[in-house]
Amino acid sequence: MLVLPLIVVFVFSFGERGPAGGYAPAFSFDNFLNLGARWAAFKNTMVLAPIGTLACLLIAYPLAYFLAVRASPKWQTMLLILVIVPFWTSILIRSYAWIFLLGGKGLPSLIAAMGLGHIQLINTPFAVLVGIVYGYLPLMVFPIYVSLERLDKRLLEAASDLGAPPMNTFLTVTLPLSMPGVATGCMLVFILLMGEFLIPAMLGGGKVFFVGNALVDLFVQSRNWAFGSAVAVALVLVMLITVTAYMRFTRRWAGGRDDISLM
Amino acid sequence: MVGQNDPIAELRSASKHYGAVIAADNVSLTIRRGEFLSFLGPSGCGKTTALRMLAGFEVPTSGDVLLDGQRVNELPAYRRPINMVFQHYALFPHLSVFDNIAYGLRQQRPRLEKAAIAQAVDKALDTVRLPDYGARRIHEMSGGQQQRVALARAIVNEPKLLLLDEPMAALDKKLRRDMQIELQTLQRKLGITFVLVTHDQEEALSMSDRICVMQGGKIVQIGSPRDLYDRPNTRYVADFVGKTNFFHGVVTAAGAICHIEIAGQARSAAAPKALVVGQAASLCLRPEQISLHHAPSPENRAGVPVTISARIFLGEHTEYLVQNADLGAFLVLVPRQAEAVEGAFEPGQKAQASWQDGAGLILGNT
Ligand SMILES: Nc1ncnc2c1ncn2[C@@H]1O[C@H](COP(=O)(O)OP(=O)(O)OP(=O)(O)O)[C@@H](O)[C@H]1O
Ligand SMILES: [Mg+2]
Repeated sequence: MLVLPLIVVFVFSFGERGPAGGYAPAFSFDNFLNLGARWAAFKNTMVLAPIGTLACLLIAYPLAYFLAVRASPKWQTMLLILVIVPFWTSILIRSYAWIFLLGGKGLPSLIAAMGLGHIQLINTPFAVLVGIVYGYLPLMVFPIYVSLERLDKRLLEAASDLGAPPMNTFLTVTLPLSMPGVATGCMLVFILLMGEFLIPAMLGGGKVFFVGNALVDLFVQSRNWAFGSAVAVALVLVMLITVTAYMRFTRRWAGGRDDISLM
Repeated sequence: MVGQNDPIAELRSASKHYGAVIAADNVSLTIRRGEFLSFLGPSGCGKTTALRMLAGFEVPTSGDVLLDGQRVNELPAYRRPINMVFQHYALFPHLSVFDNIAYGLRQQRPRLEKAAIAQAVDKALDTVRLPDYGARRIHEMSGGQQQRVALARAIVNEPKLLLLDEPMAALDKKLRRDMQIELQTLQRKLGITFVLVTHDQEEALSMSDRICVMQGGKIVQIGSPRDLYDRPNTRYVADFVGKTNFFHGVVTAAGAICHIEIAGQARSAAAPKALVVGQAASLCLRPEQISLHHAPSPENRAGVPVTISARIFLGEHTEYLVQNADLGAFLVLVPRQAEAVEGAFEPGQKAQASWQDGAGLILGNT
């Protein structure tokens, strides 16, 4: 049941567009040879997904660290809830809020009023990035938070006892032991980003489109299911390659340890 | 060699409160340079807390911590020339055995040479009887092996002061003895000051220059093993250090030699702590201070008739659990030679137990 849709998509990808749209049986590689037509979408995805993941990571790590290590237990729960709350409202509504904030009447007008010149924010890759970080931050914070929370604080004392100043303790103990959480968070965000279409559609204004947008376009608007399937297959392949690389990385890194769990 | 007036570290009226829990209560203690000091006491009496204040993981709620005469209450652990073997090892799970042991050496500035680090680590591994284990992961080691890695990780740094929190609790008797000898050798060779926490009174008695007995966050007595054994200040210490029989009675005449009435019989012995007439107190006799005879006991000895309840063969000695109508059950340790003279005693047999007049100590019951 799980793989059935995938098989359908795989079969479709070798077919052709029916006369009234949809799918007509055929066997050709034309769809795959045509992928170049959607190169811009692949390029955008392959550039913005990693950058978005990285941006999420850079903001999420300090946040998770603060939550797990620094905050008192009372605040911990409070702050955790604050991190989740945005998740409770639909991404659609949240994106509208950002459209307003980044749009002509939002931040840019504020910046202009301060005499710092006119800048375009909405419908730029930057806007898409902001949307991504905002939308995916909790997914990154949680796995990192969990790995830091589970870290045995006595190890930090041991490092300090052996003469390591706080920065060294962080680099040699905290960071390596939180790597599984980092890897999990990155993978989650990255995989989901590869299929993202809402954020680019709303904050990118059709200028910054992802593979996800191409799929929506092909399946819903131009009803070319065969070509759409080929694009989808290509996307799945890219994901498979990344996930395999991830597995390799964590396996080698964790080296069969039982004190930390992976995904 | 051991400078009487050369303290390396000191706790001055140091207390540590965790909310309502008082983990250390007004602890004052001077640790002499080069000595081997043990903390002895039951679980939860504050031994780890005292070590943690010395190591720099806890700031005392009140009082001071001194190192080399300097007040260091707020000095962070990584700036103190102290290493600690943690009760729960706290080994780094993501590092190999070698890297765990090398951790402290790699923190030193100026940096040590790679070869020097490797050599020191290998030597430490030899000391703890784990040669060729360097490449192993921590989770591939048994509990006892992990404990020895923790030991190696601390001693490799040759700190001025080494704190050991029950560093041999997970080792079998033979290995434990080996490690004890290694530690003593190391201490003499390197002149490191050792502070050892232990539950095990035998370990404390055999290894330490001085023992500090703790109870409920307080120090109850500090002294050499012999002092503690021969002149315990309180019933608690007498009970904790070695085996002791307590015969309960009431003080009839106080003084350096105290008189006490036990089940209608007048007894007397030295009282290390002043007592008052009418106070409940006990005559404390070590099992080896009592002897057993088949015939009535000699003139200058206090004696009571007993029934043998049990016999425990200990090799050099035999321990008898005996029963007296007034005094209850108590232990008698009979050396092999004495047994050869008197003949063995069988459970159920009647015999005479006796001790030198004035032997033992009289201690208050609180
Ligand atoms: N972080 C803490 N928070 C609250 N109470 C604590 C804390 N650490 C220790 N205590 C309490 O302080 C007392 C002394 O603890 P400590 O760890 O010093 O005992 P210990 O003598 O080392 O015992 P053990 O032999 O079992 O290791 C105990 O009652 C313990 O419950
Ligand atoms: Mg302890």
